[in-house]
Amino acid sequence: MATDYIITTEELTKRFNDFTAVDHISFYVNKGEIFGFLGANGAGKTTAMRMLCGLSLPTSGKATIAGFDVYKQTENIKRSIGYMSQKFSLYEDLTVRENIRFYGGIYGKSNAFIKEKTNWLLQQLNLQDEADKLVGSLPLGWKQKLAFSVAIFHEPQIVFLDEPTGGVDPVTRREFWNLIYEAAATGITVFVTTHYMDEAEYCNRVSIMVDGRIDALDTPVALKEKFNAATMDEVFLQLARKATRIDN
Amino acid sequence: MQSVIVNNLSKSYGKKKEIKAVKEISFEVSKGELFGIIGPDGAGKTSLFRMLTTLLLPDAGNAAVDGSDVVKNYKDIRKKVGYMPGRFSLYQDLSVEENLNFFATIFNTTVQHNYDLIKDIYVQIEPFKTRKAGKLSGGMKQKLALSCALIHRPVVLFLDEPTTGVDAVSRKEFWEMLKHLKQQGITILVSTPYMDEAGLCDRIGLMQQGKILSVGTPAEITGAFKETILGVKSNNMYQLLKDLNANDEVEDAYSFGEYHHTVMKPNFNKETLQQYLEQKGNKELVIQNTQPTVEDSFMQLMKQ
Amino acid sequence: MKQFLSFVKKEFFHIWRDKQTLFILLGMPIVQITIFGFALTNEVKNAEIAILDQSKDAATTQLISEIRASQYFTVSAFLNSPNDIAETFKQNKAKIILVLPASFNSDLKHLNKAQVQLIADASDPNTATTLINYATAIITDYQKNINKTSQIPMVINTQVRMLYNPQLKGAYSFVPGVMAMVLMLVCTMMTAITIVREKEIGTMEVMLVSPVQPLKIVVAKAVPYLLLSIVNIISILLLSVFVLDVPINGSIVLLMGESILFTITCLSFGLLISSLTGSQQTAMFIALTGMFLPTIMLSGFMFPVENMPLPLRLISNIVPSRWFYQIVRAVMIKGLGIEGVWKQTLILIAMTLFLLTLAVKKFKIRLE
Repeated sequence: MATDYIITTEELTKRFNDFTAVDHISFYVNKGEIFGFLGANGAGKTTAMRMLCGLSLPTSGKATIAGFDVYKQTENIKRSIGYMSQKFSLYEDLTVRENIRFYGGIYGKSNAFIKEKTNWLLQQLNLQDEADKLVGSLPLGWKQKLAFSVAIFHEPQIVFLDEPTGGVDPVTRREFWNLIYEAAATGITVFVTTHYMDEAEYCNRVSIMVDGRIDALDTPVALKEKFNAATMDEVFLQLARKATRIDN
Repeated sequence: MQSVIVNNLSKSYGKKKEIKAVKEISFEVSKGELFGIIGPDGAGKTSLFRMLTTLLLPDAGNAAVDGSDVVKNYKDIRKKVGYMPGRFSLYQDLSVEENLNFFATIFNTTVQHNYDLIKDIYVQIEPFKTRKAGKLSGGMKQKLALSCALIHRPVVLFLDEPTTGVDAVSRKEFWEMLKHLKQQGITILVSTPYMDEAGLCDRIGLMQQGKILSVGTPAEITGAFKETILGVKSNNMYQLLKDLNANDEVEDAYSFGEYHHTVMKPNFNKETLQQYLEQKGNKELVIQNTQPTVEDSFMQLMKQ
Repeated sequence: MKQFLSFVKKEFFHIWRDKQTLFILLGMPIVQITIFGFALTNEVKNAEIAILDQSKDAATTQLISEIRASQYFTVSAFLNSPNDIAETFKQNKAKIILVLPASFNSDLKHLNKAQVQLIADASDPNTATTLINYATAIITDYQKNINKTSQIPMVINTQVRMLYNPQLKGAYSFVPGVMAMVLMLVCTMMTAITIVREKEIGTMEVMLVSPVQPLKIVVAKAVPYLLLSIVNIISILLLSVFVLDVPINGSIVLLMGESILFTITCLSFGLLISSLTGSQQTAMFIALTGMFLPTIMLSGFMFPVENMPLPLRLISNIVPSRWFYQIVRAVMIKGLGIEGVWKQTLILIAMTLFLLTLAVKKFKIRLE
């Protein structure tokens, strides 16, 4: 049933002059799924993700996000998704509360909603005492957890996470994944990229991009079986080593 | 002879020195050793490396690199160490060749003179030697930066998070290059947030919040992990994790790749655990004994 | 030495490969000189002239009709008394006023000699000069015409008064001004920015952890900009002489020497900024407010220093471009030698030494 797919792409392609960054990729993502989007540097992950977020127009092919068309309905797409990356997440010179308020405001949420949800969220993250501290003064792990919560604050259907746990300590990294699980349990679809291969195991399904194409897409268990590998790390290495592209 | 000696080294920032980045750290690195400082962002790795490369003055304690004090003899150290900072440090508008030649000249040497040392690394990027550094892929930039840091045949090489943000393939290649360099007798200090890279070092120091939690070979560090770890998986991993953490016999449980690593309390009973989990509705249950990894040790030390 | 040269080479690569910036740096003086040049030589047509005719006779009527016939002027008002002069200018009714004394005709006839007065609003000095020149030419023509018919030569003395800006600064002032501005921009701002950029991208860290003396790094950064500045000085001077007909009355060697001295002043200031700042934006902001604005506002280039309130006059003393501006005017326009500018030169040298010492002292051999 097509309605169960929250993301569908068909021969989606992006070319920059004579360079094909994303080369006819077709896949779908189930509603409520944690979908791992892997690939070596320069394989085309970022470009593909930008198209799915409605930030960049495809050269050809089709794609729908939450039922909206990536060519014509980018405004609707932006309203239905949340986004968080390792690099940009929150304003360091605003307090925790101000950041939450700001993002709530961007998505046009009512004051009552923002107020109520902020308190709930602070409690959830155990950040009540830090609510009026500047985000810049928090440890990295806390920032990342907060950034994730802010990205799903407006209750989007899908959240895109671009290397959300880079450089985070192992304990916080797991706490972060617990947040992801919880979000997924409430029905939010999670689309995540990572360089930690153990995190690939936490996804329901994983796709691996090589040279602009999706060379593998399945559950971690099935992928390991198919490539006769003990870990996702080995699967990834087998695939990524085939890459011929040396440039991004 | 010890190549690097660090003795109670401390560093704080801020007007009132209220941000303590490095807290009384001590460790030693032998000549020719590949030593890893493993820790997340904000652990103080960069501050430590900057003190050792004479870029920062310590507030207290002292350190020596190849017999020279990092404060008093900083000029000597600058002549004999190689340094690759975390923030990328090549001239993006200069070509591969121009970058390398430039770094050779500032160290009063030539590319030809030490070519044997960088040859293995440089041949991989040589086909692109006229390309601007800014147009290289991440992995290639890294190779060029390493070549530049090695061009003067340093006695000690400091690599601050060389593999951060680099994909798994390039990371593997990078560590293989480091192994080769070690054979040339260069002492290498490398910092990384990736726990799985710890096993590739001769010895490691685990660092968290400005402190060294533990120093030793990877085997020594995981050997100090006394509790039993069980690897557990089922058809519903998230529910399983909650169930495990709710069990009295379980000290700690956390996801670890395909399995949940479950640290057991002494005198636990595997069968009781299995029954408990089945009773909670977990299907396709697998419970097996698992060896602790450096990441397990790190988390245990962190939580203490 | 080889280290140093390879550094300089690298800096040239950086400059050469950033074509956009290079184009701006080399094109800016040309554009500025051209813009100022056109502002100066702009043809004036139908400028408003007011006339205070206190004589009202055949001779003055004749002169006035000649002015009316000219395409340069439109007579906008006839004034009744000298008291109206100030008001006319204030209300912007005229840019220039011709005053014909009551005795004009009789003086001309009996003494063969008469006086007229031209009063111009010199707050716009360029236009004022042009208008005075045109008006004087018409009066001279008139004088020639009446001399044709009389045996004894008659002389009309034109007395010129520039209101609001008596010294008529501005005539050739923009060439020295543009020189100061361009050198400032290229040397202070660009040197500061390029050093700070190395801090930002992290290459400075690697440089510091190398046997290169830190000072060498910094001096090597300055060399290409010094050379670039010399190219700019030459292009400004060539344009002034050949396009704008502004002569170089003094010694070219002295002028070049002083310009290089000022370039070094600017470089030193740029180095100082780079030692004190960590981001390109801050460096740019300090360079702009610390050097560029004072150059425009306080060097005497736009506004005469003499007319400024005392506090600003005092501040202008510490603006290096003020002294450079005086030197260039003296050497280039007035044709003075070193004996005329030694004082200003010494001040500039002292400032340079001060800035350079401070820059070297503040240069950090470590991070933080």
